[in-house]
Amino acid sequence: MSGRRQLFRGARLIDPDSGLDGLGDLIVEGDRIAALGPGIAAEAAGGEVEIIDCAGLCLAPGLVDMRVQLREPGAEHMESIESSGRAAAAGGVTTMAALPNTTPPVDDVSVVEFIARRAREVRLAKVHTYAAATKGLGGRELTEIGLLAAAGAVGFTDGVKAIADALIMRRVLAYARSFDQLVIQHPEEPSLGGAGEVTEGETATRLGLAGIPAAAEAIMVERDLRLVQLTGARYHAAHLSTAEGVAAIRRAKAAGLPVTCDTAPPYFALNETAIGDYRTFAKLSPPLREEADRQAVVDGLADGTIDAIASDHAPWDQDSKRLPFSSATCGIVGLETLLPLALDLHHGGRLSLIDVLRRLTVAPARILGLDVGRLKRGALADLVLFDPDLGWRIDTDAFRSKSKNAPFDGRSVKGQIVRTIVDGRTIFQRERQRSSQ
Amino acid sequence: MRDHVFRHRHLLGIEGLTADDIGHVLDLADGYVELSRQPEKKCSTLHGRTLINCFFENSTRTRTSFEVAGKRLGADVINMAVAVSSMKKGETLIDTAMTLNAMRPDVLVVRHPESGAVQLLSEKVDCAVINAGDGGHEHPTQALLDALTIRRRKGRLGGLTVAICGDVLHSRVARSNIALLNAVGARVRVVAPRTLLPAAVERLGVAVFHDMAAGLKDVDIVMMLRLQLERMHGSFVPSTREYFHFFGLDYDKLKLAKPDALIMHPGPMNRGVEIGSEVADDIDRSLVRQQVEMGVAVRMACLEILGRGPAASNGPPLK
Repeated sequence: MSGRRQLFRGARLIDPDSGLDGLGDLIVEGDRIAALGPGIAAEAAGGEVEIIDCAGLCLAPGLVDMRVQLREPGAEHMESIESSGRAAAAGGVTTMAALPNTTPPVDDVSVVEFIARRAREVRLAKVHTYAAATKGLGGRELTEIGLLAAAGAVGFTDGVKAIADALIMRRVLAYARSFDQLVIQHPEEPSLGGAGEVTEGETATRLGLAGIPAAAEAIMVERDLRLVQLTGARYHAAHLSTAEGVAAIRRAKAAGLPVTCDTAPPYFALNETAIGDYRTFAKLSPPLREEADRQAVVDGLADGTIDAIASDHAPWDQDSKRLPFSSATCGIVGLETLLPLALDLHHGGRLSLIDVLRRLTVAPARILGLDVGRLKRGALADLVLFDPDLGWRIDTDAFRSKSKNAPFDGRSVKGQIVRTIVDGRTIFQRERQRSSQ
Repeated sequence: MRDHVFRHRHLLGIEGLTADDIGHVLDLADGYVELSRQPEKKCSTLHGRTLINCFFENSTRTRTSFEVAGKRLGADVINMAVAVSSMKKGETLIDTAMTLNAMRPDVLVVRHPESGAVQLLSEKVDCAVINAGDGGHEHPTQALLDALTIRRRKGRLGGLTVAICGDVLHSRVARSNIALLNAVGARVRVVAPRTLLPAAVERLGVAVFHDMAAGLKDVDIVMMLRLQLERMHGSFVPSTREYFHFFGLDYDKLKLAKPDALIMHPGPMNRGVEIGSEVADDIDRSLVRQQVEMGVAVRMACLEILGRGPAASNGPPLK
């Protein structure tokens, strides 16, 4: 049964999976991609066709954001599935994977189903959820990994907490492997963090804040890699932020271990100087690092050690952030700035445009085993249309997210979303502005 | 000297103060030392002004010192022990700041257990704010009173060698003193076991020592820091016995310093932990009691500079 037809005409089509990067047209029929390639506009002729002029714009698979915190259920005043869906749409994100740190946490099949139902009702970006690796995110007892996976959980993690105990981690990995499930770690040895809130070093010392040594990341990653060797499970290290952490994953990949990792924009776009005089909007977990670590993260993205870029979207209300630094919560919102901040890597000459998009689309989709993130005939039409060069200034007040906690307010970026499409439906559209080239 | 312009609305830390700023405070404080030694100690410099002591952390000495200073200047002084009121009710720091601000004080003196909290509060009020200690960050009036104590005894600050010994890791007193002594051209050392030193402490402009013999050699001033009780038993150092043996100040260690070296301690002292009683009570060498006296004078100077209102409020807030 053929549905409504849309012709995206004259776009720069970019599909990291196939390596396609060239001018062409793309036809959507109903919810799927019917055809794509150069000079196929004629195929769309006949019948009713909506024509979308894409001159000067890139058309790519919708972004797959593999690390988003929902606040629903539990803290809908900070973010709901609907508001995060709107933020995702505005950010070109068509699929998100949500952390299990809701209230209640996603450690029970019913919560997985609740989130899926709410996402269906909202009908914005697609929402997948991770489930907790341990009950109540408590780090002690395994969750029903098999049943949760059957209910649709796309991976197992304790969210913003490390699975700290080595024995528990070993069992999580071993058990998850029985069901071929992915385990995602927040890689930070918590006992070294203590009361820490920034990276140990001169900045922490000057500000009189308790520091976490950067080595806390590599220590946890290295330990986990040994457990991966023991168990053979698929392991993913989230938001890598240090040179040593990246190096550990690089070695593990060279040794053939089934490991992947991601990072988030603050770790390649900022260093610890963003904390300035106790700016709580720059308080993150893991904390911002020194410049050498930031550069190592960029290097890891450039050489492919870091597979994916995720927003690590963490919405918090004013009351969680307008506090003395050590009382303030960690995290920033990121859905609406994911693409332009990642495009900095392209504009700065470190990654090609197609490689930046690979880390935002097919790479995370593959890690999660989701059949999205590609421009392919017959695939569901999840698309993002954007101007890669249009400059604009980030204005956190304009965010669709209910929370505005981002350290990027006022930052000049390049790359603006013009349209976001999920299953052939436009879920976000912006008046086109002229590229100020 | 009174024509110096103190270009800061608040006193949040020593970092950011110039040697001239510091000299100006100390000069003014010298006068208040004399006033405080008169039978009639009161003046009307801040007559009609309101000073609120707002302590989110227990303190007797510092709070009393500010109270005495404010009263000698003729200000109305109100003490608020916030630790036992608002925080318990869940009121946020910013709400407390707004509430206090609405009472139109002229100066708020604030102590808080978290680094940066006093600065946060200062951004929400219209009056001058003096940091009376924020977490492990700064305690500027302590450094100023230490400087006044040293200057009156040694006649100068520049060129002296000062060893700061003990728990530098958790000490706001150490951070403020390091900043001040560097600003006025003194040489600063820190002496402590590695578990009590913050990372990259040498970047603050100090020479780092891990044993007292080397650290105290030829110094003019030995500043001891208090070791908090909860850090004594196995968490940062193995025992008080071992700590005193290697890092506590006694005559054996003191004799490595210059013959006329002086001893300081911000108080309250843990006798037999970081300092032996015989040294602490040596009236020729120990400046501990003078420090307390200078504390009142220095706080009077700070209150005068910041408490006079709009005339002093030009210029950027001091970080």
